[in-house]
Amino acid sequence: MSNIDFAKLSVSACADALAKKEYSAVELVKAIAENVRKNDGEIRAFLKFDEESALAAAKESDARRAAGKILSPYDGIVIGVKDNIAVTGETISCASKILAPVKSPYDATAIAKLKNQGFIPFGRLNMDEFAMGSSCENSAFFPTKNPLDTSRVPGGSSGGSAAAVAAKFLPSALGSDTGGSIRQPASFCGTVGLKPTYGRVSRYGLVAFASSLDQIGPLSPNVEDAAVILDAISGHDPMDCTSLDQTGTNAAAAVRAGRDASLKGVKIGLPKEYYAASGLDSGVAKVFDEAIENLKKLGAEIVEVSLPHTEYAVAVYYIVATAEASANLARFDGIRYGDRKEAKDLVDTYFKSRGAGFGAEVKRRILLGTYVLSSGYYDAYYLRAQKVRTLIKRDFEEAFTKCDLLLTPVAPNLPFHFGEKSDPLQMYLSDIFTIALNLAGNCGVSLPGGVDPTTGLPVGIQLIAPNLGEEKLLTAAAIYEKQAFAFAPKAFGC
Amino acid sequence: MADSKIDIAYVAQLARLDIDAAQAEKLQSELGDIVRYIDKLAELDVTGVEPTAHAISRKNVWREDEVRDSFPRETMLANAPSLVDETLIKVPQVLPGEGSN
Repeated sequence: MSNIDFAKLSVSACADALAKKEYSAVELVKAIAENVRKNDGEIRAFLKFDEESALAAAKESDARRAAGKILSPYDGIVIGVKDNIAVTGETISCASKILAPVKSPYDATAIAKLKNQGFIPFGRLNMDEFAMGSSCENSAFFPTKNPLDTSRVPGGSSGGSAAAVAAKFLPSALGSDTGGSIRQPASFCGTVGLKPTYGRVSRYGLVAFASSLDQIGPLSPNVEDAAVILDAISGHDPMDCTSLDQTGTNAAAAVRAGRDASLKGVKIGLPKEYYAASGLDSGVAKVFDEAIENLKKLGAEIVEVSLPHTEYAVAVYYIVATAEASANLARFDGIRYGDRKEAKDLVDTYFKSRGAGFGAEVKRRILLGTYVLSSGYYDAYYLRAQKVRTLIKRDFEEAFTKCDLLLTPVAPNLPFHFGEKSDPLQMYLSDIFTIALNLAGNCGVSLPGGVDPTTGLPVGIQLIAPNLGEEKLLTAAAIYEKQAFAFAPKAFGC
Repeated sequence: MADSKIDIAYVAQLARLDIDAAQAEKLQSELGDIVRYIDKLAELDVTGVEPTAHAISRKNVWREDEVRDSFPRETMLANAPSLVDETLIKVPQVLPGEGSN
């Protein structure tokens, strides 16, 4: 029996225990692997994991610690990785058949930076194929279940990451967010999920879905852990030409210094269009109203703001994202890497390899993206969507002249049951509260806001900050977490 | 605004996607719904609005034209489905005509 308390598993707790020599990095890796083997059979958050390579890294970490040469306080801590982020020597399938045989020849910058601090990447976490989906049901291999209620989806596309953190399999995990793919599963599984400002974290080594929207970010059991991971992975990277000129965040220090303070002097805007949105589940609405009251009690001033182009955000997103995806996924053709279906000539090989290699949702989006870019439709759809994107971005800029942060729901509904949303358009419409942020570029965090009284499931709330406002954003989130509501799911199987 | 009827066979041809008849029929109806929905952008007057390609605009990014390390050939070929002489990627016949590889 290990002396690891899985119920309290977090980056901060592991850092503490490793420093006090309560256990070694090798013991941590062994215990986590054992726990995943024992309990992930039902959840299926992991596509696979390589215990050997993690153990090798853990041995090196323990040697550094014994020599007094740790790379950071987090040296030896395990971190999960969504299956679209490159780790040298590990598979990178994006939960797609077409990339099933592929192994990464290099580390993503985010992974290299985590390794520089001694973090140990562990496992390939399940996702909707190529990050296209909101439920993890689009994985080509198997769906992941929500550890809080296994009849329900964990959300998506970073469903494996959220489930692994919620089940206490891992102290934290990386996900990616193109339209809510970190924040929505975080909300569904009762974890914290951060989408950094576009350009804050390098996209080098993240398999591109929609290049102008994608960001890597953490899913964590608490705000402090998310801040620690953001600090590790942020900063300018010459390998990504959309990476911003910035030195990276110092969010963990801001969170530790600020979480006992009040929110006095902080103006929080409520976008009236979000609040008025139809179809908000009654449990979600109740938690949202309670969150407003909690924020007021903490000293925040609540003001109404307007994001007038909200109703166009879903349409803009599904034009821009699918157009970019159709171009990005054109490279998967079975020739240089991936699964090839041999056919009579080159072009036929493309058709067969792509036809067999991509699942239904990926095909749907490639076709939509190809259509909106095709001759005769480009101006009506793609160019027009880019112009409306300007209007959506201006809405946020205008709103932030009246407040410091925005508060919104994360998803209009509770985690749904498997197969419940079979109509693609209905699934897309449920992204309404998360996607505008990706179009505008701002950072946003989903954190547990309260509990739905009927099901007992946690409901996330979303705080949004202006560009590069992560320190302020996470400090406010930590104040809410510490003083208003903290959700602590049980370790799965305990 | 464009009409909402998508020619699935034509678009699939452009996208190099093998789609069977049953799939095409389903996609026709699903994509039809989605296109009717995104047509709502036609309501807005966007005269004089500049398009946004990236959320945070960046200038062109330059770097010095200097020799840098690259990945070894065997590393980058390790994922290829089929090789010739362990140094070249084997591909199916490219141009139509007689014979094949």
